Amino acid sequence: MIRSSEELVKRYNETKGKILNRAGLETNGRKEVLVCGVAGCKSLKSDTLVERLREAISDNGLDIEVKETGCFGFCEKGPIVKVMPEDIFYSQVNPKDINEIVESHLVKGEVYKKKLYINPETKKAIETTKEIPFYKKQVKIALRNCGFINAESIDEYIGAGGYQALAKALEMTPQEVIEVIKESGLRGRGGGGFPTGIKWQFARNNESQTKYIICNADEGDPGAFMDRSILEGDPHSVIEAMAIGAYAIGANFGYVYVRAEYPQAVERLELAIEKAKREGLLGKDILATGFNFDLEIRLGAGAFVCGEETALIASIEGERGMPRTKPPFPASKGLWGAPTIINNVETFAVIPEIIKKGSEWFKGIGTKKSSGTKVFALVGKVKNTGLIEVPMGITLREIIYDIGGGMLKGRKFKAVLTGGPSGGCLTEEHLDEIVDFDRLKELGSMMGSGGMIVLDDKNCMVDIAKFYIDFMVEESCGKCVYCRIGTKRIYEILERITSGKGKPSDIDELEQLSQGVIDGSICGLGQTAPNPVLTTLRYFKDEYIEHIEDKRCSASVCKDLINEYIITDKCTGCTICAKNCPVECISGERKEKHTINNEECILCGDCFSRCPFDAIVTR
Amino acid sequence: MIKLAIREEQIKELKNKIKTHKEKPGPLMPSLHDAQKLIGCIPYEIQKMISKELNIPVAKINGVVTFYAQFSLEPKGENIIGVCLGTACYVKGAQAILDKIGSELKIKSNETTDDGKFTLEATRCIGACGLAPVMTVNEEVYGNLNVSKSVEALNKHKEGAIND
Ligand code: FES
Repeated sequence: MIRSSEELVKRYNETKGKILNRAGLETNGRKEVLVCGVAGCKSLKSDTLVERLREAISDNGLDIEVKETGCFGFCEKGPIVKVMPEDIFYSQVNPKDINEIVESHLVKGEVYKKKLYINPETKKAIETTKEIPFYKKQVKIALRNCGFINAESIDEYIGAGGYQALAKALEMTPQEVIEVIKESGLRGRGGGGFPTGIKWQFARNNESQTKYIICNADEGDPGAFMDRSILEGDPHSVIEAMAIGAYAIGANFGYVYVRAEYPQAVERLELAIEKAKREGLLGKDILATGFNFDLEIRLGAGAFVCGEETALIASIEGERGMPRTKPPFPASKGLWGAPTIINNVETFAVIPEIIKKGSEWFKGIGTKKSSGTKVFALVGKVKNTGLIEVPMGITLREIIYDIGGGMLKGRKFKAVLTGGPSGGCLTEEHLDEIVDFDRLKELGSMMGSGGMIVLDDKNCMVDIAKFYIDFMVEESCGKCVYCRIGTKRIYEILERITSGKGKPSDIDELEQLSQGVIDGSICGLGQTAPNPVLTTLRYFKDEYIEHIEDKRCSASVCKDLINEYIITDKCTGCTICAKNCPVECISGERKEKHTINNEECILCGDCFSRCPFDAIVTR
Repeated sequence: MIKLAIREEQIKELKNKIKTHKEKPGPLMPSLHDAQKLIGCIPYEIQKMISKELNIPVAKINGVVTFYAQFSLEPKGENIIGVCLGTACYVKGAQAILDKIGSELKIKSNETTDDGKFTLEATRCIGACGLAPVMTVNEEVYGNLNVSKSVEALNKHKEGAIND
């Protein structure tokens, strides 16, 4: 039990040694092995690695701890194993590599070169994490503990300075806490970018006896996993921040509304809440200040619209998750009619740091109107996919080329999608634009929750617009006619265009309908649903025209516009296409030109996207 | 369609869970989650039971059940195949994988094979975008897929399904 801030300091002093040693700031002479135990690495069986490491370590008579942490970010290179405190980064580790790593590195003290990350530019092996280009431009605030501490241990969180922000906040007045957040310029990381401090102030000003604070962890953007990684890698940071927020607005109860599709995140969060309760950091009279705060988890049930505040509230109340008109805003009338503050996971995760280090520090990072950092899930056709955290104001080029390592297979960059289904695309000409809330909006896209999907010349923009609108058709709750039927009509037009039946009038119709959906919807889902259509129309109109007029899809994605695949003379006979063809309709000798048997071909396009020499074309 | 046999114990366990949820505000969603987990779906008879326990009209419960994608009215197959159609997977060719698996099993997404062995679902991002395109078979995740690798993965489970 931690009953007072003195006891918290005491616990910190007992636990910090290990963490400082791990960070290489102070040494106790002990090594540790960290293994990512979530998301991508977990699907690649990182738990077997943990077992094998423990066995090999004890076989060698060593006393070295192996810890499962949250995401290291560089998912592309998973499973990742790190040896601390020297911070040696082993990538794509197989169970069969474990013996060598243990014998060479842990027994003899020699880095095991074979599993180091190779810099693709210089072809040289890189030993430490911080030298890897993927990490160089990153600044970690929200992800400060992800991949660094054992997420299941509250002592490690405390050892890393955890819960000190709460102790500090409880010594301030609630209004002082709000001032710090306001001054920091923190804006909601869930999509809208509304200033967090101002939102808190609304709820603070309300005199109601009962108020609620909710963490929105219903990460709906398909292709993004920021919230998940934070909950799995550092759940206590969210709990601590929710307690701070509750104190500031005058709430005593909170909910975390989390996606049911993330069982591991739910598990880790449950465990963290239980431990925080046991330590007295949640519950009655926290740190002997008289402040009471308790927390419960509520599971989402697979409805994208529940990311919208009023829909989320309806869902917790046991209703269909349908938004209602605002005002009244949840900050004055929310859950069960009481003032309610809803913030996103990432927003919460940075709050303890702001309280600890002050608003000036936070403002010093990022741009004038968007302070701090933003976490992105960098995915799609870049070399280095994964989870990144960068200061606001960084350019798209830096993200895609310096961190992302450039385009996969050296293909041509075409566009980057930000903001998920509510956002839009940006093109080559925008690569030197900076990333912050306002600039992205000006360009017709938006920050959104942080999905960043890079496309190459083998992606069709009309098809992408159709993909997102299809998503919205399914996810529209059905309350507003324009959103319910308008998105469906947009989908039908796009379907027509991509199947070669488009009419020249379709483009105007798309624009009109889109505007109608924006104007005729009451919530953020409908109001942003046509964004992908509008931005692709704005930046890639020629592609629409090509589909409509020439009945051609130059990215060769729209199947109905493809009659057949043909292998040209560029073919080197590398056999990659033939080996992978699911219907085995490609034949040819090694190092000789291949041919496709068009009778059997199912037009799946696998060979086309795979060919390293662009030797396959469509007709 | 697969026949559903609900056992007495399942109902009892569900009722117990509902009792604890009832002590807190907003008991409907947690009760439905438990029903889905325990029984595998929430058919009309279960909705009626929940309606009685919570004193909420069954019409409303039906409205909620059918609103959320996580709840299903019919039971799913023994093995659930989820092909991720999240954006990251989609731009890397997930649609071709979904189509192929569908044609292998002769079903469309959200359908179950006649023998009740496989249900095919198009899922949304499962947070493994770094490995896109991905597919899951029950708990198992297969990443960095292409059409032929996905068929291999399916066949592995088909054999398993025949063996047991
Ligand atoms: S989009 Fe498929 S795992 Fe994220």
